[in-house]
Amino acid sequence: MPIQVLMPALSPTMEKGNLSKWLKKEGEAIKSGDVIAEIETDKATMEVEATDEGTLGKILIPEGTADVAVNTPIATILADGESAADAGKASAPAPAKQEAPAPVAEAKSAPAPKDETPAPQAAPAAPKAAAEPDPEVPAGTEMVTMTIRDALRDAMAEEMRRDPDVFLMGEEVAEYQGAYKVSQGLLQEFGARRVIDTPITEHGFAGIGVGAAMSGLKPIVEFMTFNFAMQAMDQIINSAAKTLYMSGGQMGCSIVFRGPNGAAARVAAQHSQDYSAWYSQVPGLKVVAPFSAADYKGLLKAAIRDPNPVIFLENEMLYGHSGEVPKLDDYVIPIGKARIVRSGGHVTIISWSNGMSYALKAADELAKEGIEAEVIDLRTLRPMDTDTLVASVKKTGRAVTVEEGWQQNGVGAEIAARLMEHAFDYLDAPVARVSGKDVPMPYAANLEKLALPSVAEVVEAAKAVLYR
Amino acid sequence: MAAPKKSVAKETAQGNGADTPPEFTREQELSALRDMLLIRRFEEKAGQLYGMGAIGGFCHLYIGQEAIVVGMQMALKKGDQVITGYRDHGHMLATGMEAKGVMAELTGRHGGYSKGKGGSMHMFSKEKNFFGGHGIVGAQVSLGTGLAFANRYRGNDFVSLAYFGDGASNQGQVYESFNMAELWKLPVIYIIENNRYAMGTSVTRSSAQTDFSKRGISFNIPGEQVDGMDVRAVKAAGDRATAWCRAGKGPFILEMQTYRYRGHSMSDPAKYRTREEVDKVRHDSDPIEMVRNRLLEAKMSEQDLKAIDAEVREIVNAAADFAQHDPEPDAAELWTDVYR
Repeated sequence: MPIQVLMPALSPTMEKGNLSKWLKKEGEAIKSGDVIAEIETDKATMEVEATDEGTLGKILIPEGTADVAVNTPIATILADGESAADAGKASAPAPAKQEAPAPVAEAKSAPAPKDETPAPQAAPAAPKAAAEPDPEVPAGTEMVTMTIRDALRDAMAEEMRRDPDVFLMGEEVAEYQGAYKVSQGLLQEFGARRVIDTPITEHGFAGIGVGAAMSGLKPIVEFMTFNFAMQAMDQIINSAAKTLYMSGGQMGCSIVFRGPNGAAARVAAQHSQDYSAWYSQVPGLKVVAPFSAADYKGLLKAAIRDPNPVIFLENEMLYGHSGEVPKLDDYVIPIGKARIVRSGGHVTIISWSNGMSYALKAADELAKEGIEAEVIDLRTLRPMDTDTLVASVKKTGRAVTVEEGWQQNGVGAEIAARLMEHAFDYLDAPVARVSGKDVPMPYAANLEKLALPSVAEVVEAAKAVLYR
Repeated sequence: MAAPKKSVAKETAQGNGADTPPEFTREQELSALRDMLLIRRFEEKAGQLYGMGAIGGFCHLYIGQEAIVVGMQMALKKGDQVITGYRDHGHMLATGMEAKGVMAELTGRHGGYSKGKGGSMHMFSKEKNFFGGHGIVGAQVSLGTGLAFANRYRGNDFVSLAYFGDGASNQGQVYESFNMAELWKLPVIYIIENNRYAMGTSVTRSSAQTDFSKRGISFNIPGEQVDGMDVRAVKAAGDRATAWCRAGKGPFILEMQTYRYRGHSMSDPAKYRTREEVDKVRHDSDPIEMVRNRLLEAKMSEQDLKAIDAEVREIVNAAADFAQHDPEPDAAELWTDVYR
């Protein structure tokens, strides 16, 4: 029986790719290591190498096919002199060689394993039908569908065109076009003076960025992930956040620190931490963590213009997700405003960034049982839009927070405290928190899923505060 | 104390091996004397006020090291930036910040440079291009490199001076900054004030390489050891380093060999060194006495020198008086300047 060649995962977060080209024809002999096809992901074009010898049997996915899910069989390889003994293992998949191995054990048929509780990979795109129109957008504005990755890039490009003092620095932001392809094309448009590749020295280049900002420039400092920003924590907190106060208002720091935050997929404890609570504890910083493509664009533009240091927490899982962005010359969303993404009268679900994925899916589930959840996307963690939260809870009397970060001293804990302080008499149940589990992020797929919040947990928490 | 200048650069400006720095004019000598005296008397007064409880927290005095900031300032032009660590009173006075405002910050008063919210270690002056005043050892090195980055970005020919000590020289971010400064040819002078003690730990007990001028070798940054007690030697080295930076050749390291007479901070009993060691430096190579003696040799009268001293004392006394009578910041100031 032929061996199946599966669509490979070429990065930890890849879900699908385009099969751009076959380099071997049906019937052609193949040796292990031969490049048989080219695959284009949203990050790069990669070559697929054969891991088995034989003859290319049948091409199952023709070249030019877009959005082929990882682990879909794309071709078969016929081995020489197959025997009955081979038949037993015949359908065992032979995934092409890949940089980051994806789980292949039960990937025979279904492109992506379906589970009771969806993994973050299954995060929905920006809310559409259920969403209320964003108050900042005039009615009748044309909407453009774009990925969050492109929304970020456009926001930076627009601000760099607008203000010559804005520049981007970080690891792999220029020649490589961004480790996650967020800064694609910026070097070409703005040149090496304004799009600057740094050595892998977060502490040093964060300090250089802050020094440049103290001198009046407006740096965007990209961290490849916020996990690496721990190396730069001193400059972010002690220098960027505190200088305005320590100088009696004389000298401030207009700077954006941005990059992916929180768990990606299967990158384990040192690359998966959510820093929402860490940064949002610090006076002097503003902390933004959007979910929708439109918010990514509008809030990044606002962050770049803000005269204060802004921590802009992105989420790698969302980079490839698309959403509608208003086609406006200058779409800037004010920092510090939450958004009611879905209206409902029974329970308020509060989240931000990728936590919204669980919140919105849970709201769908709850609606099937007649429970109307109001879902609020906090968008900004500091300053926190307490008014919007309190107004909602005054209506629903119940609240659930959803975050990927740890529970102790988390943002959910802060929200619960504020609701107790400002809406105690309106609460009909204690605020429930759904959060990342109190462990370092495990690597194993099943454990990682357990460590993160799930839709089922949000549903359960909502029912609990409704005493159902 | 005074070591001969030794260049580790393949290519440095002239001046190598010249044991005697160029003479100062009478005007330069007088200006240096006055500026160093102002710092000395200011710091002595700050020490007194600390003893009286008028100054709280940490207070790191610059006594003994005055020739460094005064000499370097003579090599600068308007628009150059200065940044340093927490032993910063001397740097502020040398850049022209007012004694009153600095002293009032030390006492935590409204009229202080940071409205009383920064204290001894955190003061800034946009007007004088003084960028602090930083309390975290070594942080100012990256920040100062960022100031130089901004100069290069804007295409001007200003130079950033990042001062730090022998202790900070062992911090990791110093070398991250060295690398990027040389890589991008940033106009920054790294001035290592080697006063022989990082708090209570002597250089030989904390540093594998005690010739700090060599700390940039693996990044190809030229360095010189300078007699930091002789203001003329400092100025001459500063001239070479600024010329190097303004010519677009990248960063430069100056190791200033100096000595701090007082403890690390006011609460330091300084048990790690002998009284004799301190006395010997004060006697043999005091930066102020050095200039005073040269002026006396050049037939300046003792009386004229005393007049300078009196003028400086008056400034310092007025500053101390202001700093003790100016009101504390209004309670409402607690909430201002967090964001702008």
